[in-house]
Amino acid sequence: MTGARLAIDGLHKVYGHGPEAVTAIDEVSLEVATGELLCVVGPSGCGKTTLLRCVAGLLAPTSGATRLDGEVVVAPPPGMALVFQDYSRSLLPWMTVHANVVLPLQAGRLPRAERDRVAAEALAAVGLADQGHRHPWQLSAGMQQRVAIARALAYRPDVLLLDEPFASVDAQARADLQDLLLEVWERHGLTVLFVTHDIDEAVYLGDRVVVLTASPTRVKEVVDIDLPRPRDQIETHARPGFAALRNRIFASVRTEAAHRRPAP
Amino acid sequence: MGAVGPLVGLGLVMVAFEVAPRVGILPGSSFPTTSEVAVALADLVGTSDLWGALGDTVTSWLWAMVLASAVAVPLGLAMGSSRLVATVVRPTVEFLRPVPSVALVPVLVLVYGTEPSLTVALGAVAAAFPLLFQAMYGVADVDPVALDMGRAYGLGRFGRAWRITLPSCAPYLATGVRIAASVALILVVTGEYAVGVAGLGREVFVAQSGGDYDEAYAWVVVTGLLGMAVNLAFGALERRYLWWHASQRQPVAGGW
Amino acid sequence: MSPRLPRLAPRVGRAALGLVLPVALVGLWWWTSSNSTTYLFPPLSEVVESLRDDWLGDRLGSDVGPSLRRFGIGFGLAAVVGIGAGTVIGLTPWLRRASLPVVELVRSIPAPLLFPIALVLFGIGDGSKVALIVLGAVWPVLLNTIDGVRGVDPQVLDVARSFRLDARTRIGRVVLPAASPMIAAGLRIGLSVALLLTVVSEMRGGTNGLGFRIRADQRSFDTASSYAGVIVIGLVGLAVNLVFVAVERRVMRWHRGARGLLDLDGGVGTAAGART
Repeated sequence: MTGARLAIDGLHKVYGHGPEAVTAIDEVSLEVATGELLCVVGPSGCGKTTLLRCVAGLLAPTSGATRLDGEVVVAPPPGMALVFQDYSRSLLPWMTVHANVVLPLQAGRLPRAERDRVAAEALAAVGLADQGHRHPWQLSAGMQQRVAIARALAYRPDVLLLDEPFASVDAQARADLQDLLLEVWERHGLTVLFVTHDIDEAVYLGDRVVVLTASPTRVKEVVDIDLPRPRDQIETHARPGFAALRNRIFASVRTEAAHRRPAP
Repeated sequence: MGAVGPLVGLGLVMVAFEVAPRVGILPGSSFPTTSEVAVALADLVGTSDLWGALGDTVTSWLWAMVLASAVAVPLGLAMGSSRLVATVVRPTVEFLRPVPSVALVPVLVLVYGTEPSLTVALGAVAAAFPLLFQAMYGVADVDPVALDMGRAYGLGRFGRAWRITLPSCAPYLATGVRIAASVALILVVTGEYAVGVAGLGREVFVAQSGGDYDEAYAWVVVTGLLGMAVNLAFGALERRYLWWHASQRQPVAGGW
Repeated sequence: MSPRLPRLAPRVGRAALGLVLPVALVGLWWWTSSNSTTYLFPPLSEVVESLRDDWLGDRLGSDVGPSLRRFGIGFGLAAVVGIGAGTVIGLTPWLRRASLPVVELVRSIPAPLLFPIALVLFGIGDGSKVALIVLGAVWPVLLNTIDGVRGVDPQVLDVARSFRLDARTRIGRVVLPAASPMIAAGLRIGLSVALLLTVVSEMRGGTNGLGFRIRADQRSFDTASSYAGVIVIGLVGLAVNLVFVAVERRVMRWHRGARGLLDLDGGVGTAAGART
């Protein structure tokens, strides 16, 4: 239990009451070690996003808890940043890119010049140093998601949560964003929880991959990804180990999707 | 649980207006208390005056709505379908739109005196604009893909208009009718009040002029209730046409 | 169409078409009224004369000016009260449930009926007129602000919460901007109501103003002058609207930009810098 940055313990979430109650999450227990990149996959509608919102402190679980460095998460804690799937709704269109990235720093007590510097650094780290004056909707999908990542980075979190962040982005940009995430993860020593429906992506990025069952959700299995780092889009994908892991996880998810478990 | 809040709010306001005139925050001579107004209202309900005035106002309002619809809806539909019509008519409409119809009252008085035609005209002019614009937006917003599909299935111009365009316009027209109904009523009552045309507005004026404030505010309450009823009724109608349209416009929250 | 003037011709053509109807109507008016003897339908030439000599002359300062002043103050107050109260009510569910029935009732009462209240509370003079304007113009602003604040995208609120923004930042930089399209719509409606009530309040009493002057003209059977006055109201309304639209275009540019991108593929945008 030591060394776990993020500990999800018996998380259980039910929507509604009585006969119409829907169990989104039956029971999930996970640990994410400090500095680990953990990926979560599962069939569609298995409550991946619900799980992430509970972990982030945006949604109160029905029972069970998430602990960040031992402290129970009841509201969004400092030190945890979230990258949402739909950048068009999570980036604020009335602000410039720079203003969007600076926004999380309003909570702190840094002077204005310092905040601007941190934001500029974050934008540079994602390769958008000269885009600060533009508005999010003037940028491409890939660039907008970079802005979302920059915003999360500017917040200087210890833990980064990502909810299918590259799902709405074209394949080329997605590959670039994956590598960007890896780079940022290593450079800042972040602990990352990455939810995705793309199994190739999960295997490419992760130290371990958690496979969730269909709703009501439980942890089906946890697969160690023993591929060497640093990962590379061409080399890593070419390794036979990659295909083996990918197929194993794919089969696991597919069984889940086919045999939807009845409610307990 | 849901009903408590509104009742508490209403109750507080009623208590406030009971106390304020007695205590002197509001001058008691011109401000009746809630109970006094309630008594006056109760008295009114039994009389034929109430229903007569209500009938007069509602009749004028109905005529205003019919007149406005007959003129504005076809024009709006035409403007939405034909760029030529829109280009010719729109600047004129945009110029006339900000003119408050009340400004015409002094002139209308000379023409109509205190006949209901005055308030009908006022209401119709005011109601025409929302109807016109909503009809126009409705036609303009028809999905071109749906129209193409209609053409591919062999629907003629009339068929497309009837089966695709018109249903697509329905939510917009429903919104337009709601706004127009509300606006027309306000103008009709204002006209009755300002000029003395028969109806709720005139009753308010007469009671106020006679210093009979209890009765005056009872009439005011009746007016407010009528307005609320119209708003609720047409709001419900609008929602009926809008429920599928609005949900189409809401982005679907992703999978949680 | 000459290929050398691809852009100019359609625009000029459109402007010309737009003028056809007004020119035709004015011409019709002139022609039918030129030999008229009834005071109800004075010759258009007299109306124009009155417009030129009186309304755009002395009366600009003595009547139009004061009306604009009252209108400005009244609308300004209505905006401040409407947005302020609307934000508080919109963010507090129990307050909203409690106040909505009362609000719906009072706003259904045509404001002129409540003028005597304003007179009693604020006396004869500008105070009661401004009060009447506020009494009528505040409702669309208030209701639209409430709806706008309530209708903020939940994901935007999640962003604010996940980054632990304080209340001031959350409301000032996230909630209100997100609600601003609806608030702008409410302000636009409030604008017309405010103008209407300015004129009405002046018709009831007072010593100057658009409404007062038109009423006075009507009483002295100077219908040409009162028609001209109505035209002036129309011009004022048009001018105020144009100013509002210009300001709105500037301030709400981001809204068009964001929606332009979204409309492009009916969902999530992908093109860089795409413009519709």
